Order: sequence, then structure tokens, then C-alpha cells
Amino acid sequence: MNETPNLIYIKELAAGSEAFEQKLIGIVKREFPDEKDEFLKNYTSKAYTKAAENVHKLKHKIGMFGFEEGYQTAIDFEEELKSSNTSLYSKFILILESIEYFLKTL
Amino acid sequence: MNCIIIDDEETARMIIQQLCSQVDELNVIEDFPNAIQAIKFLNKEEVDLIFLDIHMPDFTGFDFIDTLKNPPKIILTTSDKNFALEAFEYDCIVDYLVKPITLPRFLKAIQKAESATTETVTEASTELPSKTSSAEENELYINIDRRLIKINIPTINLIEAKGDYVLIKTEKQNYTVHSTLKKVEEKLPTDLFLKVHRSYIINIKKIIDIEDNSVLIAKDVIPVSRSNRPELMKRLNML
Repeated sequence: MNETPNLIYIKELAAGSEAFEQKLIGIVKREFPDEKDEFLKNYTSKAYTKAAENVHKLKHKIGMFGFEEGYQTAIDFEEELKSSNTSLYSKFILILESIEYFLKTL
Repeated sequence: MNCIIIDDEETARMIIQQLCSQVDELNVIEDFPNAIQAIKFLNKEEVDLIFLDIHMPDFTGFDFIDTLKNPPKIILTTSDKNFALEAFEYDCIVDYLVKPITLPRFLKAIQKAESATTETVTEASTELPSKTSSAEENELYINIDRRLIKINIPTINLIEAKGDYVLIKTEKQNYTVHSTLKKVEEKLPTDLFLKVHRSYIINIKKIIDIEDNSVLIAKDVIPVSRSNRPELMKRLNML
């Protein structure tokens, strides 16, 4: 994976408002681990339809942190899961881990 | 424009709030994490515009729209491009924003919402155009594998939307055609066919029985939206 997370989108959205930026990051820091955990729970129990729904929701955050290839991977993985195919799992989990690490640095 | 936001993701709600704050004409009066809370709110209050997430647990954005008698203008917000075609089945939907939403794209959607207001006012003073002449005829030609196949319209039981395709079920055969429900509807006689759900048009003469929220046609149980049920009941010759 060549991409790394960034704050370009969030900073553009904030338009200079530090308060908004911090508040949004705070919400993401709270939501993201829960969404990731729910995905892992459903994935490991082979509840792939539910896992696809989790990927759908995570896709937004992946896009927010500037992933372009990663966003496409999420789209493909969501579709894959709907037919119980899991070939993109390792690629997808790397994206989630990369965001998780990035959030800890903020 | 008074608006509300419906999205189960808090991050998304906050982003739309922020985007709205950059447009003077927009006044966000409330946001909701689910459609049920929004329905309760809309039973008491009127709004001009709704930012609506499609993909929500239990109750999708489209289910939500089906519950509204007179829906205001709606801008869909989603992480899924696949619903775009379905969105155009609804007159109230003015635009379709794919997340993450950027400010320029958001502003374009607001412009569409504003111009939709103007168009509605203009259209109100004119009569709706009548159906095309082909709708009055008994034949419908469909294109399958470069062949034009003739279907006798009264033999159609129902038409179901399936993504970019429609499934036409007749008495003897089923056909899958690349089209939209809206386009098919325009070709069918209104006295015989009725859209009972966002994904279904039925031939009223083929109804076997009706339950609360569904009709039986041949062996298919077809859902009936709450908003379409009164029109269906009106069309039936009841004792």
C-alpha cells in the first residue's frame, strides 16, 4: 500500500476553523474504533453481509483521510463480501490499521 | 431554506452541518441519527430540504421517502454510487452526493435544490403532458440481444426494477431489459398499470388478492408502499 492518510479534506472543510477540525477529529476518533471492531466481529464470525455494511460505513472515513486507491479497495471489498468472497481482506485491513495509527498521532 | 439532516453516522452529520454553515440560505433546524426520529419530527414540522443518507440500518433512505405524503426536496448523501438510477425514480430527489462531500459539489447541489423550487412553481400553472401514443396501444417492443421482441401489454403481470435493468414478467415469460422503471411506466396505459412501490409496477387486472402491505400477482408477493396504497385502493372495484 503506497497511500498514507492525510488531513487535506478535513482542513478544506474546516476552512480555517480549528474548533471544527478538532471536534470532527474527536468524533472520528470515537466512531472509527467501534466501526472497525464491529467489522472484525462480523468478519470473523463469517457474517459477510453485515461485514459488507460495516465496510460501507468505513468507506466514508477512508475517503475522508485522502485514500483514493484505498477507497476503491473498500468499494471492491464491500461488493466481494456480498458474495462471501474475502480476497481483499488483507489489503483492506492495512488501510484500517494505517488510519488507526494516524488517529493516534492527532 | 429550512433543512434537516438524517444520517446514522455522526461524522457525516457534522460534515453536512459544516457545509450548510457556509451557505447563508440554509438553516439546519435539526439532525437525526435515524429515519424514525425524523418522521416523528416531520409529523409536527415542515422543512424545505432534507439531506438524507440512503444506507441506514433497519430503515433505508428510500423507505423513509416512501413514508412521506408530500416529501420536500431531498438531497441524497451516500457512499454508494449504485443507487443513482433508483434516485431518479423520485421527483423529490434533486441531487445525489457521494461521500466524502466536497464544498464545490455541495454548492452545486444547493443550486439544483433552489432551481427545483422555481421549476415547481412554473409547472404548477400548466397541465401535465398526456402519455405518449404508444402507451395507448397494446404492444410494447423490447430490445434483447439486438432483437426487438413484441410484448402484448395486457399479458404483463408486473415489472420489477433491478439496478440498471427491469424485469418484465408476463403470463408466459420473463424478460430482463436494460431500462428504468420510469421509462417503462411512460410506455404503459395508466388505467391498467400502477406503480405500487419504488421497485414495482403492477397490472391491476392481474391482482389475485391484497393484504395490508402487499398484493399477490401470479405467484409473486409484491410490496405496496404506504404512500401508493390509497391510489391502489381507489382503482379497485370494491363492494
